[in-house]
Amino acid sequence: MERPLTQNIKPDGSPARLEDYLHNGGYEGLRRAVKDLSPLEVQAAVKDAGLRGRGGAGFPTGVKWGLVPMGQSAGQKYLVVNADEMEPGTFKDRLLLEGDPHQLLEGLIITAFAIQASIAYIFLRGEYVLAAERLRQAISEAEQSGHLGKNVLGSDFSVEVHLHTSAGRYICGEETALLNSLEGKRATPRAKPPFPQISGLWGRPTVVNNVETLCNVPHIIRKGADWYRTLSRSSDAGTKLYGVSGRVKRPGLWELPIGTPVREIIEEHAGGMQDGHRLKGFLPGGASTDFLLPQHLDVPMDFQAIADAGSRLGTGTMIILDDKTCPVRMVLNLERFFARESCGWCTPCRDGLPWVVQVLEDLVAGRGRAEDLPLLARLCRTIGPGNTFCALAPGAAAPLGSALTHFRGDFEHYLPRAARVA
Amino acid sequence: MPTITVDGKVYEARGDENLLKSLLSLGLDLPYFCWHPALGSVGACRQCAVIQYRDENDHQGRLVMACMTPVTEGLRIGLEASDAKEFRATVIEFLMTNHPHDCPVCEEGGECHLQDMTVMTGHTDRSYRGLKRTHRNQYLGPFISHEMNRCIACYRCVRFYQDYAGGHDLQVFASRNNVYFGRFEDGVLDNEFSGNLVEVCPTGVFTDKTFSAHYTRKWDLQAAPSICVHCGLGCNTSPGERYGTLRRIVNRYHGDVNGYFLCDRGRFGYGFVNGANRIRTPTLKGQPIAKEAAAAHLAELSSGRVLGIGSPRASLEANFALREWVGAENFFAGFDDTEYDILATIAAILQDWPVRTPSLRDMEQADAVLVLGEDVTNTAPRLALSLRQAIRNGAWQIADRLKIPRWQDAGVREAAQHERSPLFIASPTSTPLDDVAQETFRCPPADVARLGFAIAHALDDSAPAVEDLSDEQAHLAATIAEYLRTAQRPLVVSGIGCRSLAVIQAAANIARALANRQQRPGDLSFAVPECNSLGLALLEGRRLSEAFLAAEKGLVDAAIVLENDLYRRADRKAVDRFLSAAGRVAVIDHTWHDTAAKAELVLAGSTFAETEGTLVSAEGRAQRFFSVLVPEGQIQDSWRWLSEPGAPARNIDTWTEGCARALAVFAPIAEAAPAAGFRIDGRRVARQPHRYSGRTAMVANVAIHEPKPPQDRDSALAFSMEGAANTEAPPALRPFSWAPGWNSGPQSVNKFQDEVGGHLRGGDPGVHLFEPKTNAVGRWFSQIPPAFRPEPRWPAVIRYHIFGSEELSALSEPLAERMPKPYVALHPADAEVLGVRDTLEVALDEESLLLPVSLDESLPRGVVGVPAGLPGFFRGPCPERITIRKAMAPIAPGGAP
Repeated sequence: MERPLTQNIKPDGSPARLEDYLHNGGYEGLRRAVKDLSPLEVQAAVKDAGLRGRGGAGFPTGVKWGLVPMGQSAGQKYLVVNADEMEPGTFKDRLLLEGDPHQLLEGLIITAFAIQASIAYIFLRGEYVLAAERLRQAISEAEQSGHLGKNVLGSDFSVEVHLHTSAGRYICGEETALLNSLEGKRATPRAKPPFPQISGLWGRPTVVNNVETLCNVPHIIRKGADWYRTLSRSSDAGTKLYGVSGRVKRPGLWELPIGTPVREIIEEHAGGMQDGHRLKGFLPGGASTDFLLPQHLDVPMDFQAIADAGSRLGTGTMIILDDKTCPVRMVLNLERFFARESCGWCTPCRDGLPWVVQVLEDLVAGRGRAEDLPLLARLCRTIGPGNTFCALAPGAAAPLGSALTHFRGDFEHYLPRAARVA
Repeated sequence: MPTITVDGKVYEARGDENLLKSLLSLGLDLPYFCWHPALGSVGACRQCAVIQYRDENDHQGRLVMACMTPVTEGLRIGLEASDAKEFRATVIEFLMTNHPHDCPVCEEGGECHLQDMTVMTGHTDRSYRGLKRTHRNQYLGPFISHEMNRCIACYRCVRFYQDYAGGHDLQVFASRNNVYFGRFEDGVLDNEFSGNLVEVCPTGVFTDKTFSAHYTRKWDLQAAPSICVHCGLGCNTSPGERYGTLRRIVNRYHGDVNGYFLCDRGRFGYGFVNGANRIRTPTLKGQPIAKEAAAAHLAELSSGRVLGIGSPRASLEANFALREWVGAENFFAGFDDTEYDILATIAAILQDWPVRTPSLRDMEQADAVLVLGEDVTNTAPRLALSLRQAIRNGAWQIADRLKIPRWQDAGVREAAQHERSPLFIASPTSTPLDDVAQETFRCPPADVARLGFAIAHALDDSAPAVEDLSDEQAHLAATIAEYLRTAQRPLVVSGIGCRSLAVIQAAANIARALANRQQRPGDLSFAVPECNSLGLALLEGRRLSEAFLAAEKGLVDAAIVLENDLYRRADRKAVDRFLSAAGRVAVIDHTWHDTAAKAELVLAGSTFAETEGTLVSAEGRAQRFFSVLVPEGQIQDSWRWLSEPGAPARNIDTWTEGCARALAVFAPIAEAAPAAGFRIDGRRVARQPHRYSGRTAMVANVAIHEPKPPQDRDSALAFSMEGAANTEAPPALRPFSWAPGWNSGPQSVNKFQDEVGGHLRGGDPGVHLFEPKTNAVGRWFSQIPPAFRPEPRWPAVIRYHIFGSEELSALSEPLAERMPKPYVALHPADAEVLGVRDTLEVALDEESLLLPVSLDESLPRGVVGVPAGLPGFFRGPCPERITIRKAMAPIAPGGAP
């Protein structure tokens, strides 16, 4: 089984240096791109490969690039790497950043070439101090070796990279809020349209791609779209970093063919549930996805299958709910996070989430009322998809709404007896 | 016009608008908060949700925000769909989780957009049981009160303050449901348009502190359509009265002039109406006398050779009445001589030259602007706000190119970033608009004029050339000319701020050169200082110095001074001489001043709030204002004092009509508003709202019988709650803005416009006195001043202050805190050379003042900056040159370059 994304990652946690990276065919994709291909050919290759964004939304990467205006008149363009990994339970980009920073840089440089962006920013989560250090090191190595900067590998393509460490808000992971933050403004999302490809950073055409997404790009260019499509076990192409956290024997992160069934990930790779714990449910792709149940264990982890099961692949990093953990308190914990991280721009999120928290707090404190469960359902509906300015509140509604459906008894359990009878 | 279907009914809507605005324009009700007609859409509050259906077979649809939805052909939406209604009610419920239930003690209550929208959505019961978040409020200065707990985070305040008005010190802090709108610390909000926060805020976070000091509910205010008297722009206002005092000023929407916004001088400068210094009773030699005796005395005083001095802050009717009283040949305009010459030239340019004075709305469409010698933010503030919108034309172009709808405010601003269409400012001092100017040129007035003449010449060879232009000036002139030449709608703005005829003439030459190029009148706007400066200039009065001369020659037995403190118009000695030479002097005015103090007869006149009349704005628009309160017994309208005794039946209309007949330029003025005889189905228009309370009890402490409402012979308005409602009134007679379900005035305006943000249905009030000419007649102005050279006496450069430079607002208490103390300004290098540290003695004629020195790097070297009109500074018009002394010894600007 090929594991292109993690092939250079060392078990001891030390980073792959430039020589390690070159040894394994590193920067060959870049060489091929700038020497043999035109930007549009690079775009076409990525489109053919069927690469979908790994940040959570799964938008086809090549299509995203294809919306960027090309040609002389397009003017200044930017590439922004979304490395603001703050989704609770998600730590996949961190592994790639810390373990193999050159892989990201190569993906970044090829992508910048594909959209003809001369400036790229890496927007890095502020707490990823080690990743920042290693990225700086890698940037410096890449610049000195001619892979980055003026005239990349002797071509007439030049690109500069700036590492920006975030001041730390979950909303900065939303690509347009990220752009505002990068411009020094309040990190509130922007309305779309206009999409960043048309009017992004400083009003210029901009592509924002997730770390893992970009890490796929060098391999696609080096080995081709056909090869890439053979990596997966489903209609989606390539490999994916899957993670598991919670009460399993070996929580962790693995690169597996996309479409690997949930059961295989939990039972084989994570070693199954800890002794004395049973699987009650799981959030398949991070905190902002709907709960799935043990009955979904055989669903392949790809975009469509997980959606058909009623959730989202998201970041592909699961959070396990076991039978000894209270789903209501787990949800309350998540909702506190989301309420705190609301940017305060739109009403349903800003004022709805604290209300959700208040009701859940009342509930677990024994102050719940019979009408609270329908109220929570109504709040979930109101802050749901399409009703808010960005995806934060619908993301917050996902675990709550699905928990209300799947674990209703646990919620009712908290109601005072009188309320339960009512 | 796309056809859209709303709840199954078919409508025609505008294709370039968002759905919310279209629905409101169609007269439908849909609640909203973050959207504002002047600010556009950002999609934050989620209040204007509707259901959008794919086609006629789609019965489920999806929820969309109307403000973010473009109107397209065939659009099908459900306004009343139950999902949409439930969502809208829930959004209100969300907002209410933190909004306090303090309506009974909140000053917004009764005119609160949040109240209106809450009722509109039907949200009544709340399910939220948690605590409300609380904030600490801030001191924001003398104008605005701050109560952050009421905030619903619609973001309109910061969008208006920062994005629209260019302010910097109101910001949004923190996040989630703790977002905070305020300053980084307590302090005075320094933007000149901060008062609009009161009307932009949909609830009671920002309220009018001056109103608070004598608060009355909106429904208890008697109002009238009025015109602001604090500069020459003619912004429409709606003053509110209760118990005989003026309580506040709010904006009165005018589609062409002020739109939704006023400046702070206009909004907060009303205190003089209630001022302690009001002349409340006629006096003869200092002793109070009865009204009738005073009138008789005025007639007796006028029996000999009498001259009259008019006023640029009095109505056309009052000035005309004086002119009739003394005879046209004895009528003097009452400007200082410099201003007289400049205004006469402006009047001639506007009447005869191929120029058009655009309305403020038109100015916002200008895509290249040159401001020549005027600090408009401080002399005609509302104009500066319009210029701040004009520079956005560059942004609109980018948005159009990227297919971002212009109403999508955040998207346009992101895409355009700092793109601005060109604004050039040439002026002797720095101005608050400099931050958005492409280039500024700081120089004394003579050089401002020379630059202007050079631009005109660069645009049109036949315009006179300027000799000895410096390379820098020549280059700048060529640059500016190029921008004006290539613009679609170039605009030149000037004014009398420099007190320089040459500046005015240079501006006119540029406009004429543009007219020649574009084969249509050139857009040219002159800021004038007072509410009727232009009207008085057109009244063909004589020059003030001629009045002084006549008196000194003994040709005068008496003088009548109308609403004018002559000490502001000429230097002290000259006025002293005149007042003694004229023999008997009568003053008609509303507030005591030095001229009144020296008069034999003082007649208690009316402020704008107690009388009616016509004012001609800088645009050449004649507009009518109406009294909002009945003055105390001894006070009466200036024109009424000047009506022949025994002809009490004369009302204002006879003066308006007389004026219109007497001078051709005024022929249209009677059309500015309906006359006193106007009725709607036999009814007058009520000045009081239907909910006016306490009428039967208001004077119960004096008499238990309800008095008969005062009769109004001078307008079709009634001092009563009975009569036609404001909704029925024609725009010029609408005292306040209020519509069923829309108690918030600024929002209810939607119901009175032909389309939201457009013109008032029935026509925006006022009539234009000038028709723009297309053909140039006469010659270019060619008196180009020599370049500025430092001389032994220091050239004075006048600095205007929005608060303090204008006479009437400076009398208003809350403004005092915002007025600078008198000072003189020097360039730091000049001060260094002179060894001047803290204070300087400034001499004008025989008077001198010891004044603190303010160092200002933006001043040209070799000049002294002096504040215009500030109380405590020299009262008279500023001479071109002044003497400054250090330690009693005069110092010449010899050390200056």
